[in-house]
Amino acid sequence: MIAETLQELVAQIPDGASIALPPTRSGPAIAATRALIEHGTKNLHLIAIPTSGLQADLLIGAGCVATMESAGVTLDEFGQAPSFVNAVKAGALQLKDTTCPALVSALQAGEKGIPFIPMRGLIGSDLLKHRPDYQVIDNPLADGADPIVVLPAIVPDFALIHAPLGDRHGNVWIGKARELMTMAHAAKRTLVSVEEVVDENLMADELRAPATIPAHYITAIARATRGCWPIGLQGCYDTDAEALTAYARMARTQEGFDQFLKDGPRPAQPVAAE
Amino acid sequence: MGYSSEELLICVIARLLEGVDHIAVGVSSPIPGSAALLQRALSDGATRVTVLNSRHLQALNDGVTELFDMAAQGRIGAFFLSGGQIDGSGNINLVGVGDYPQMKVRWSGSFGSALLYYLVPKVILFRDEHTRRTMVEKVDFISAPGTSEEGIHRPGGPHALVTNLCVFSFDKAKARFCLETIHPGHTLEEVLDNTGFEFDRPDTVPQTPVPEPERLNLLRGSLAQHVADPYPKFAARVWGV
Repeated sequence: MIAETLQELVAQIPDGASIALPPTRSGPAIAATRALIEHGTKNLHLIAIPTSGLQADLLIGAGCVATMESAGVTLDEFGQAPSFVNAVKAGALQLKDTTCPALVSALQAGEKGIPFIPMRGLIGSDLLKHRPDYQVIDNPLADGADPIVVLPAIVPDFALIHAPLGDRHGNVWIGKARELMTMAHAAKRTLVSVEEVVDENLMADELRAPATIPAHYITAIARATRGCWPIGLQGCYDTDAEALTAYARMARTQEGFDQFLKDGPRPAQPVAAE
Repeated sequence: MGYSSEELLICVIARLLEGVDHIAVGVSSPIPGSAALLQRALSDGATRVTVLNSRHLQALNDGVTELFDMAAQGRIGAFFLSGGQIDGSGNINLVGVGDYPQMKVRWSGSFGSALLYYLVPKVILFRDEHTRRTMVEKVDFISAPGTSEEGIHRPGGPHALVTNLCVFSFDKAKARFCLETIHPGHTLEEVLDNTGFEFDRPDTVPQTPVPEPERLNLLRGSLAQHVADPYPKFAARVWGV
């Protein structure tokens, strides 16, 4: 389970798989994502929990993605996600637009093993109009009429996440990035890159156990120092503004995107997999 | 006492937040965020502020679901939304321009709007570009509607629309904006010329009150440092901290 290379980690994802991705602020597994691109995996279905940024944009730009479900794809202060925008406008990416709480709620339904979950809001929006898989029912427990949207559960084939710490037992400490726990609970398999692997058992540590994904949910762990670069990881390192600015500029064209992957900026410390 | 356009907008929004017990703000909203912090300072501790993803102003620790769960329970009194397009019925569009899905212009997506706009009692729409491009007759895509039909659970919705030119209130029953005040240095003609939708207005539209000196002192003093925590670039630009 431990000490796999990033290449071995992502080689488990077959063509056509669905992959849940975390929001940018939770520290996306960018090094693993680049390994996935190098591996040449195609026709992926991305599920942003509930938004994505550079991670989805890299996969889209590299031609790995067929469909995506998301409430937002953006490079935040660095501007629009260029590959995402180009692919949607060209009709090359089939996008299921939705809203953040719908993705999180549907993932929670997946976590609970129930077929659907109701959610307030959405009624009267064009999001709902374009989502035949979302249905409006009458709240069966209300006295009067009370229409409410029900969302089908999301059970991703994979959750691909990054975290500060893993241990030799296969537990993964995620800090405050709580949605990573929900992702691991709901997904069939969870692949993790970590900054560091420690010998102690994280589940035996009273302080860290509540923010630790138990090994039961983890399929494999590989080490990737600065594995989110150029995105920052809370408590570990900051976002590399220069590299992201370069990406936002270069990835506007396919040539620039390819060049970024091939000869673009590299992290100060090389991404090491062992 | 002189003031910047940012300080005017901060004071305008802070007035709209009077009496709110918990204000939540997105991480890329420095003007609403500063207004929330100003209101907190004026409230003598009665108002709580959550700035998403900030290190010190973020009291949430249950992942992305928590904000939405709080909103659904009525634990958030005010929130801010914007739109690439906002129309006269209060509908907002965060998706793009043209025919969906292959739109002429594509934005990031609807984020939390399709829940928060329905459930947070005071949603303040803020857009610092007031043009016919942004203030349209009808949005090309409804990320979240301004009003809902009777019988739809909707405790929340638009409370006001604040732009770089003026302040509108929103009448839920009529599903229409009403021009309340025009910012100093701007005219009714300018507002009419730059607004793509029809709106109500009194015979004489008052001027937006200028920021009170004590509020400006508060902003430029202790508050600038607080604002710099979640919004360092903004605080550096506006107050040099």
